[in-house]
Amino acid sequence: MAKIDIGPPDYKKFLPPVIKENYGKWLYHEHVKPGVLKHVGPDGELYSIRVGNPRLVSVDFIRDLCELADQYCDGYLRFTSRNNVEFLTPNVGNVDPLIEACNAKGLPVGGTGKSLSNIVHTQGWVHCHTPASDASGIVKAVMDDLYEYFGRDDLPAKLTVAMACCLNMCGACHCSDIAIVGVHRTPPQINHELIRKGTEIPSLVACCPTAAIRPDPKNKSVTVVDERCMYCGNCYTMSPGMAIMDAKNDGVAIMVGGKVSNARSAPSFSRMVIPFLPNNPPRWPEAVEAVRHIVEVWLAHAHESERVGEWIERVGWERFFELTGIPFTDKLIDDYIFSRETFRTTAAFKY
Amino acid sequence: MAEETKTPQLDDLEDGPWPSFVTEIKRAAEKNPMAGDLLGLLEKSYEDKIGHWKHGGIVGVKGYGGGVIGRYTDMPEEFPNVREFHTVRVAQPSGWFYTTDALRKICDIWEEHGSGLTNFHGSTGDVILLGTKTEELQPTFDSLSDAGFDLGGSGSDLRSPSCCVGPARCEYACFDTLDMCYDITNEFQDELHRPMWPYKFKIKMSGCANDCVAAVARADCSVIGTWRDSITIDQDEVKKYVDGGMDVQKLICDKCPTRCLSFDAKTSELSVDGDECSRCMHCVNYMHKAIRQGSEKGATILIGAKSTIVKSAFLSWVLVPFMKMEAPYTEFKELMGRIWEWWDENGKTRERLGELVYRVGMGEFLRAIDLPPVPQMVFRPRANPYVFWQKEEISD
Repeated sequence: MAKIDIGPPDYKKFLPPVIKENYGKWLYHEHVKPGVLKHVGPDGELYSIRVGNPRLVSVDFIRDLCELADQYCDGYLRFTSRNNVEFLTPNVGNVDPLIEACNAKGLPVGGTGKSLSNIVHTQGWVHCHTPASDASGIVKAVMDDLYEYFGRDDLPAKLTVAMACCLNMCGACHCSDIAIVGVHRTPPQINHELIRKGTEIPSLVACCPTAAIRPDPKNKSVTVVDERCMYCGNCYTMSPGMAIMDAKNDGVAIMVGGKVSNARSAPSFSRMVIPFLPNNPPRWPEAVEAVRHIVEVWLAHAHESERVGEWIERVGWERFFELTGIPFTDKLIDDYIFSRETFRTTAAFKY
Repeated sequence: MAEETKTPQLDDLEDGPWPSFVTEIKRAAEKNPMAGDLLGLLEKSYEDKIGHWKHGGIVGVKGYGGGVIGRYTDMPEEFPNVREFHTVRVAQPSGWFYTTDALRKICDIWEEHGSGLTNFHGSTGDVILLGTKTEELQPTFDSLSDAGFDLGGSGSDLRSPSCCVGPARCEYACFDTLDMCYDITNEFQDELHRPMWPYKFKIKMSGCANDCVAAVARADCSVIGTWRDSITIDQDEVKKYVDGGMDVQKLICDKCPTRCLSFDAKTSELSVDGDECSRCMHCVNYMHKAIRQGSEKGATILIGAKSTIVKSAFLSWVLVPFMKMEAPYTEFKELMGRIWEWWDENGKTRERLGELVYRVGMGEFLRAIDLPPVPQMVFRPRANPYVFWQKEEISD
């Protein structure tokens, strides 16, 4: 029998010699050009060439990457926390030939410094059982549309876009400059037979954050108070009898202004600015247009070093809605449990 | 007239400059009928605007309670090759470093046993091997184990810890994120492979406050590198930035959240009131050749982050302002032990640590895990007088 609990492979086996020699001793780095970082240490320098990819890839794609790494990087490469590939070489002479080879294969080079990085996203219709939207398709459409910003590093600050296909937010998009989130808009359709078959009814009732689910002992099932339901889908995770997907009413919301870095201002959540856009496959034109528009307004108005949220907090959210022309509606005023901290408790504001 | 294709909507997503996942599914489909049926099923979702995967499903490999996600389509007659299409999570090496030999081993195993489709990587950090039949799960695991790989977490267990690139390639790393990630992942193999808690638990390590793995947004325990003493400034290097055209007053001093930096434009001298610095990383990011972090390095431990489901998203908050982070990480591991014991005892089903602390209060939590309250834990103290006084604090 195969060994269990061996743990992940030891990363030290996978570090290129130049990294081993400079480990923990790096002095500084430079942004050579979009997609290329140069790190300098006491024992040499390292070039990292960052390359975008669709994340959902075949093993032959990974083998293509391996071929490039063998040819230009002595067989060493890594992936970033935003699913980019980084080719690692101490040889400056390999940088441009590697970039040409990537371009020839249709692999975009960029995503470093003040640029748009790859979109972190979830599985969507490809492999998830609770999605309100696809993920890979919208991501592809948005990246096609914003392609130039992946290869440019002269934006005011870095730009992180993320996509989650439901409120579980496996992609943790809730702290992104721009987040696209799949949303349901109708209560679960109860399948009493499936609930009777194998659902723990007390757990199902308890899981509802708004107490919209009530036990129905006569029926050995549950009922839902539709007006209390906020369509989070938590109940479906507890029971297959609480299907929440709705082809006619599911779609995506747009949230903006989050960040995780502590630089200048504290980490912050993305805030909803568009409550619903329809699922319009294959290219979700409404969502793509909305994201591009917000990016363009940010580019036109932000100061140097201002992330999307920092720019909005400086000019004020009332100004954000004016500048973007995005309508402000009752849907954007929080009415869940932490709403009060978002209400404006001052008479100082702009028009 | 162009030949009619079976997947016109997905075909459209092969156009455009960004590399296409549809092209990748088609590449895998040339060798594997599972990938072919995935393409057909996905096109059906694009037509119907709805997902076609059934609810959950429990599958696994011998000796493990997690690491495999069961998945079955609701259209098995039309797409029999994805009747079962389970995901295998493979624990990633620290910092996602690979040699091509290691990657090719994974590719060969997955081509033999699965759909040939992958994610490098999933959101938590594991390698995701996307889609195989139930009967292939054990052979997949056996081959992975023989090749030196192990499964990651899933369900109500410790999820695969992940870390930033750290000292391997970053001068900002205040502790060895890669070593710590590797060390604790090995230490907590049982917690990782055998779900036994109220819900999932994530640990993420970022070497500095730039937080490149988004630990503060996603991890029940976020370990973020910092330092205790003052930044240091190299005036010669400052002058080089000034000569290069940087407006140090505007871009550095005016953006400093504590206004602890002052710049003398006449002499090009930059000075810091070190005690007032909150170590946010802005000035270091912009002038890293001139401004260095202090030398007394370690990490801040924050707890509680999670995404939106159920009680809104939480960002992690400070639990231990400063902890030395050096192998064998005993202080950290003991703290995790105390936290897990309390959470296990008190948490409801599917209640993340942050939600439990929010429900019962920080005071209760701190007393249970025996940590002192300090002002760094809060932005500001409470505005109401509703204190839960302890018995021993009240006169008889």
